[in-house]
Amino acid sequence: MCPIPELRQQFPILTSKNEEPFIYLDSGATSQKPQQVIEAIDSFYREQNANVHRGLHTLSAQATSAFEQAREKVAKFLNVQSNEIVWTSGATDSINIIANGIKAQLSQGDVICVSALEHHANIVPWQEICKEKGCILKVLPITKSGILDLKSSVELIFEQKPKIVAISHASNALGNIQPVEKIIEAAHKVTATTVVDGAQAFMHLRPDLRKLDCDFYVFSAHKALGPTGLGVLYGKYDQLNALNPLRFGGEMIKEVSFEMTSFQDAPSKFEAGTPNISAVIGFSAALDFLNSIDYKELQQYEQGLYDCLLTQLRSINGIIIYGDTENNIGTVSFRYKNEHHFDLATFLNGYGIAIRSGHHCTQPLMKALDIDGTIRVSLAFYNNHDDIDAFIQALKESIDLLEI
Amino acid sequence: MTYNEFKEKLSNLKSWQLMYREIMLLGKSLPEMPELLKTDDVLIKGCESKVWLRVELSDDQILVLIGDSDTRIVKGLMGLIMLMHQGKTPEQSVKINAYDEFEQLGLIKHLSPSRGNGIKAIADTIHEQVKQWL
Repeated sequence: MCPIPELRQQFPILTSKNEEPFIYLDSGATSQKPQQVIEAIDSFYREQNANVHRGLHTLSAQATSAFEQAREKVAKFLNVQSNEIVWTSGATDSINIIANGIKAQLSQGDVICVSALEHHANIVPWQEICKEKGCILKVLPITKSGILDLKSSVELIFEQKPKIVAISHASNALGNIQPVEKIIEAAHKVTATTVVDGAQAFMHLRPDLRKLDCDFYVFSAHKALGPTGLGVLYGKYDQLNALNPLRFGGEMIKEVSFEMTSFQDAPSKFEAGTPNISAVIGFSAALDFLNSIDYKELQQYEQGLYDCLLTQLRSINGIIIYGDTENNIGTVSFRYKNEHHFDLATFLNGYGIAIRSGHHCTQPLMKALDIDGTIRVSLAFYNNHDDIDAFIQALKESIDLLEI
Repeated sequence: MTYNEFKEKLSNLKSWQLMYREIMLLGKSLPEMPELLKTDDVLIKGCESKVWLRVELSDDQILVLIGDSDTRIVKGLMGLIMLMHQGKTPEQSVKINAYDEFEQLGLIKHLSPSRGNGIKAIADTIHEQVKQWL
């Protein structure tokens, strides 16, 4: 059995003794941080702070070594090579780097596919590239309940022969785990480049990218116990190296003269300027934390929490749940009758429950579902059954408050 | 009911739940805004939810406000702002600071920053409109 109470103890924000109740059910927006991550950042600045890849002095060498070890750690976690890992400022930044970097390989009339469940961050960069290059954006369709229509999606890929297929590993708004393996397989049959947005999935699913076989995979550190302002861009080396850099400056160059400048190879050529070193050190501690927990047991625990939440929600008359509840990372998106999500979210906040309400940066998905938003509860392993009971109690009282 | 009467009523309530209940009831009691009047030009920008608000000047030079929102709470809060301005002259209206009033009522601390900004947006919209009649 997982020592969940002990794990939870390591998250200072969850154990601080506030007078007001605080139940955190918004891990899809950002995860909380364990002590180890906070301490790693603190001690980096206190004891180790120096710039990386510069200077011969000992401190700089130590910082560089810790920085590069973190890259290796992520690579190992994902089962890829460390030169295939680029540090970025977040998943959004990673997608922008890919979209900008690949556009020279696109021509007018080329098709780019995204799924109907994408976050705006995996729609808008592609839309902008389409505008610039005269490409066509096609949408992999969903069913009425908000689940990817796999059969129609594969058919669309075969019919349109896109150059790029961009899809989330798990939906941020609904939590659905998407059938990315099958989409990648279909995309590769028509030689499309595959980009997987793993922002929501990374911590919950711990993907083996060699096995997944996607060409690119992106995520943000802050949704996986790490600090904000740091992201990862993975690309199969040749495809990664074939991207043009988005930013120019120090660190990414091989040789500079006023006549001609040559660039480094990946990953350096995408890391212009001083990187977010302390965040990398913090994320390295987050990976150690994740590695120290038995993943199978953790998954079972999360599934148990999710099932409990679903059962209790379903027992409330008038609750409408959206998305795939069979394959899910532990997120429940719902509405209550015709009530506005803002009213319920405001009341829930009054009871100290932190949830997300609104369109979750997925306006096209909300439009397809014919709603203006939902209440989203997103779980993580540091939640427990008491959190769920407190939430359900607060929800019932909030619903009563609506009866006027 | 006047604004001061409502303020008096709220100040006697012990919990945020009861305050919200009164505010939602106030929203519910507002005269219905005909769908035809809910045009995009009176949709207030800067609110998370949809808020329509029309401000007009009657023949005897006092303000007449009519509005609606798709959420119960915002509709009630808007109703409260409307109570502050309803029947006032443009000169009286520009002196009203709705946000301050909300703070005095202890309502701001219960509102998310974006909701607080929504209150500001409603109050600012009224003042923008009223300026033309000064």
